[in-house]
Amino acid sequence: MVQTALEKQSGSGKGTALSGNEAIALAIRQVNPDVVAAYPITPQTDIVQYVAQFVADGQVDAEFLGVESEHSAMSACIGACAAGARTVTATSSQGLAYMWETLHIASGMRLPIVMAVVNRALSSPLNIHCDHSDSMGARDTGWIQIYSSNVQEAYDNFIQAIKVAEDPEVMLPVMVCMDGFLVSHSLENLQIIPDEEISSFLISTRDQSGLLFQPVTFGAMDLQDYYFEHRRQIIAAMETAKGVLLRTGKSFKDLTGRAYGLLSGYRIDDAEIAVVVIGSLSGSVQVVIDELRSEGIKAGMVNLRVFRPFPVREVASALSRCRAVAVLDRSDSLSTGGGPLFIDVRSALYAGPESRGAERPVIVNYVYGLGGRLVSLDDIRRVFEELKRVVSSGHTTRLINYLGVRE
Amino acid sequence: MYDETGNKPGWQSLPRGGVIKRPGSASAYETGEWRLEKPVYNTEHCIQCFLCWVYCPDSAIDVRDGKVIGVDYYHCKGCGICVQECPRTGRALDMVPEGDNK
Repeated sequence: MVQTALEKQSGSGKGTALSGNEAIALAIRQVNPDVVAAYPITPQTDIVQYVAQFVADGQVDAEFLGVESEHSAMSACIGACAAGARTVTATSSQGLAYMWETLHIASGMRLPIVMAVVNRALSSPLNIHCDHSDSMGARDTGWIQIYSSNVQEAYDNFIQAIKVAEDPEVMLPVMVCMDGFLVSHSLENLQIIPDEEISSFLISTRDQSGLLFQPVTFGAMDLQDYYFEHRRQIIAAMETAKGVLLRTGKSFKDLTGRAYGLLSGYRIDDAEIAVVVIGSLSGSVQVVIDELRSEGIKAGMVNLRVFRPFPVREVASALSRCRAVAVLDRSDSLSTGGGPLFIDVRSALYAGPESRGAERPVIVNYVYGLGGRLVSLDDIRRVFEELKRVVSSGHTTRLINYLGVRE
Repeated sequence: MYDETGNKPGWQSLPRGGVIKRPGSASAYETGEWRLEKPVYNTEHCIQCFLCWVYCPDSAIDVRDGKVIGVDYYHCKGCGICVQECPRTGRALDMVPEGDNK
């Protein structure tokens, strides 16, 4: 049935109802990878299934490696990408955790692997539903992280990720994240880009640094005298990636009319109170903001698309005129210092000389949705109610809050 | 790896991602400086059985014209396996403290 829907899409340019996983599988076919090495795990399983089907049916000229684990999946991707192949994969949760050491190897060797991450909670307790614990746990692995709010964004982000990763000034791996089940299994009307337009958008700019083009050594020992310099190169590439992400977003808009930046604001320009979110919750937040605006309350939202590299200046600038800000985290750092998004957003507000002496918004953290706990519009309204109270009183009663947990 | 001014290159001029573009660079690395003890070779007692050459994990037994001629101290880490395997231990090959010029 699903296969039928995927087949129907070919070249029409019209919207087609696809799930997030189907959209990613379609994107994988369209970016025409040389190698896909992947291992199935809920809720990413459909992606691997469809891609394997595409390869079996000859719809994509890729080598599909059905490996025995995620550690092997990423290891195979590393080998293929080092050879010079366009290499993609997908995983979730424990699978991403199992890839941990190889994630660092991929970025350290500067291999432009693109991986769809279908966000799911981490064990224990065992849970298959959405939160961001998996990818947030990999936030400092040297991978670029792009988050998607809906099916269209997941599809568009995956295609752009190839171009960003392979840019000679970047050459870093990219995770394209979407919320497990909430996006991966939700049907949306997807605007599909014709194959030939994607081909010309993604004409490889990758230099011939792969092993197939020159005999070099990858992954050699690198001790006290050189390791630091090579890590410094990754930081520089991350900094460069911000501009490349913006440039790629611009050329993608020229192609499709859909605009992508490092973050998007919703009614943020004149907002007095605002929330910062990542992922699918942004849709519900927009509904609440529209309601609040009709009541005359100046509410707004920043939806972060790119979490790594972290857009420090852009976040600080977007929130600079707010009086109170709530950061909504779909995971917790378990450090007692708040969620990972909160920690970075608060840090950004202290960044750079321009923030010195400036009046910063009062900031609070709400951890929500762990293990797929649903968030209602009322939950979001409660956050904005608290922000209103913060503005009138000038301070918070509690810095870190847990939205929707039973006491 | 030094540049023309005799300094090690900075991050902006090193090849990306720790890639080594010149083949065989491991032979330029002086692992011999890790050594605490060294094997000393005595050609008079050597029966040319080649067991040291076979067992050396660092290919640090020097051979010329089909004969063992000594130890490559630039690469020998001083593990002592050659001395252990030598049928004439203590005579053809003997382990001595580094710096002892016996």
